[in-house]
Amino acid sequence: MKTTTDKSRREFLKSMAILGSGLVIPFHIVKGMGRGAAAAGVAAAAGNGPSFFAPNAFLTIMPDNTIQITLAHVEMGQGVWTTLPMLIAEELDCDWKDISVQHCPPDPAYNHTVMPLIITGGSTTTWSEFDRYRKAGATARVMLTEAGAHKMGVPVSSCRTENGYVISGDKRVSYGEVAIDAALLTPPKDVPLRKAGEWKYIGKGVKRLDTPEKVNGMAKFGMDVQYPGMLTAVVAHSPVMGGRPVSFDASKALRIAGVRKVVKIPSGVAVIAEHFWAAKKGRDVLKVTWTDGKGASFGSVDQAKRYREMASTDGDEAAKKGDVVAAMGRATKVVEGEFLFPYLAHAPMEPMNCTVKVTGGSCEIWTGTQMPAVDQANAAEILGISKENVKVNTMFLGGAFGRRATPESDFVSEAVEIAKASKEFIKLVWTREDDMKAGYYRPFFIHKVKVGLGADGMPTAWHHNIAGQAIMDREKKLFPLSGKIDGSSVEGVNDSPYLDSVPDHFVGLHSPKEVVPVLWYRSVGNTHTAYAMEVMIDAVAHAAGKDPIEYRRVLLKNHSRHLAALNLAAEKAGWGKGLAEGHFQGIAVHEAFGSFVAQVVEVSIRNGKPVVHKVTCAIDCGLAVNPDGVVSQMEGGIVWGLTMALYSEILLDKGQVMHNNFYDYKVLRMFETPVIDVHIVPSTEKMGGAGEPCVPPTAPALANAIFAATGKRIFELPIMKHFEV
Amino acid sequence: MINLNVNGKAFQVSAEPDMPLLWVLRDLLHLTGTKFGCGVAQCGACTVHLNGEAVRSCITPVSRAVGKRVVTIEGLSTDHLHPLQQAWLELDVPQCGYCQSGQLMSAAVLLKEKPDPTDADIDAAMSGNICRCGTYPRIKKAIKEAAKLQKENTHA
Repeated sequence: MKTTTDKSRREFLKSMAILGSGLVIPFHIVKGMGRGAAAAGVAAAAGNGPSFFAPNAFLTIMPDNTIQITLAHVEMGQGVWTTLPMLIAEELDCDWKDISVQHCPPDPAYNHTVMPLIITGGSTTTWSEFDRYRKAGATARVMLTEAGAHKMGVPVSSCRTENGYVISGDKRVSYGEVAIDAALLTPPKDVPLRKAGEWKYIGKGVKRLDTPEKVNGMAKFGMDVQYPGMLTAVVAHSPVMGGRPVSFDASKALRIAGVRKVVKIPSGVAVIAEHFWAAKKGRDVLKVTWTDGKGASFGSVDQAKRYREMASTDGDEAAKKGDVVAAMGRATKVVEGEFLFPYLAHAPMEPMNCTVKVTGGSCEIWTGTQMPAVDQANAAEILGISKENVKVNTMFLGGAFGRRATPESDFVSEAVEIAKASKEFIKLVWTREDDMKAGYYRPFFIHKVKVGLGADGMPTAWHHNIAGQAIMDREKKLFPLSGKIDGSSVEGVNDSPYLDSVPDHFVGLHSPKEVVPVLWYRSVGNTHTAYAMEVMIDAVAHAAGKDPIEYRRVLLKNHSRHLAALNLAAEKAGWGKGLAEGHFQGIAVHEAFGSFVAQVVEVSIRNGKPVVHKVTCAIDCGLAVNPDGVVSQMEGGIVWGLTMALYSEILLDKGQVMHNNFYDYKVLRMFETPVIDVHIVPSTEKMGGAGEPCVPPTAPALANAIFAATGKRIFELPIMKHFEV
Repeated sequence: MINLNVNGKAFQVSAEPDMPLLWVLRDLLHLTGTKFGCGVAQCGACTVHLNGEAVRSCITPVSRAVGKRVVTIEGLSTDHLHPLQQAWLELDVPQCGYCQSGQLMSAAVLLKEKPDPTDADIDAAMSGNICRCGTYPRIKKAIKEAAKLQKENTHA
């Protein structure tokens, strides 16, 4: 039997247009990598001999012992700056202190191991690089050992490696000393990897390598790019979604001290100045006339009405078994729920920005991006040059959560357009308001769910229709949709483990198109599907008069990983015992991105409003490479989930986004952050992700706790809307 | 010309008096550790010290900083020696890291004013600083840890 892990991962990968390649370690050296100007191979070919050792695209060892590790994924907070080096260090036996880390250039050598592009997303980094990065380290170790043995005049078999040295008896040479010799050797093909019992780093964890520069202001984000001659651009965008500029009057803007130029680009009008403040002041006095486009008639109230109607009929089939209508007719009890999930803005702390320098037929870009090669290709297309002439420098990402992975590179494209139109070296900076109003939201969704119960109280019929914009169906060359179903709209429902034991079920999907652009948002479809499923299961358990955990245990009896997470969370939270007076608990369990997470949320009601006291979390992600990193992702994901559940919504009226900044798009703050207690299920199962799977259970567990406290079942998010006084 | 004292050094900048201190620091002095997050004193990413007080530099006109001591994250300590930086390192607090300069600058004023802060003190002092990665639990823990370190340092 296929487990749901395999199923959802397969669906995810399929939807990402996988070509299906095995483990490939590119044994070529990427141009411009390493500290030397030329790659070793290039230098060697020119007869100069190598100046460093780069056995593969991920690792360079310098004669001064520096271990330069190149990441095929970007650091956006999730910790890959540390996890990927751990994998190399595990096999390389280098000194952890010698490691320095950099993001990769947009070269195909760094393509994802299971997707045909460079991408950081889908909570895939650690499991997808587990073999490739270890192999990169192991290969280098074998070559360094051979070079070291030769230098010491001892047989290879007498050598071992430790902490950056090749050692034989009482002789030793450092990796740096033999780096050049090793560079002249042919990389071996199939180097065996160490067994779990021999690991020094994996499963034990180390301190993050990026913390020192993130506590003294030295870490460089896209926003921090500064060069002599660089100007700052601030753009006036259409107040109506999808509007385009027709004409503008820049006379006042040009009188602001520091403003240099004003140019029209497809997405708006850019004011270019010596610094941000002048550009922003210039934009404030700019007069622009806009075409409203089709966005002018768009409103959230009408959208909800239209989607409710849509979801009242069967959509395209996403899952089907038996005859759900007939089975519903035989049910002894029917429980219904109609859910509403609003648009959501990612609102990472660093607003979107991008620096672009166009020189003749080439272009250089500095930005925080989850898809550097996609941005490279889009920039090349705008400029009409080949992508090889576009250099992309990926900076630290000040949060991303999916927002910095737009197939059309929205903010990068805008910056390139400005550089092209103005012929200036510019940094585009969005204000928080620009960022909030730009779209690329988690889609708005309506779920209509009807569950029929048998005489034993267990579900016998599950009828579920979903309406919401598809992310993949963008009529774009990237992420095309094959068939009618965008897996990211239904993941978590059509592959739900609960449906396995429901003899008759139907899951349908309507995918309307709107002017508002939508995008993946931390945990993507699971942000709403987990809520619909886990709140419904809770409601159904209640209707059947059963304990919500016991009820889930029966339905999940063949899903051991769900059960392990559920049971551990319940045990650690002390489910049902010893709660303070007036405190109530709710639970949810969900699988996403190959990991299984259960959470128990504890609430009370104070002054008529819910207060969250504690969240207990259990995760089975298979092997946790850096356990403290997993814990930190769970903590952050729970805070994210609480923000989403309690506060987040983006509403539009006449095509205009009604939210501006953190005062009207509230996010969780320190004073309302509960105690968070995370436990990792000891597991040798297949590895899953960590960055996203923590998010889905939080909102439904919270809603279920609020039901326990108040008897109020919350079907429409955000939750605090129901507690406004 | 405006005269400023930033991290103990004297600077002269050419700026309009209403230009926010944030943009003077970032775009004119190239001290980019102080971050832009919201521009309206809602997120705290731009927090700096003005004569030892935590202020949101995004809404502080540079004219207000004249004649005062400005301290930014770059001047909090050298070599991560501030107890808060040590605690942040010990507990691996940052994720994306973008808000952490502001978190540290807010926490530094708290620790100076309340060397032994309670949970309520921490909530009150730190709730103006947003972190979208959700590092609040670790920030709280690290502030308590830093309070301990600070005490040890004074007694040593």
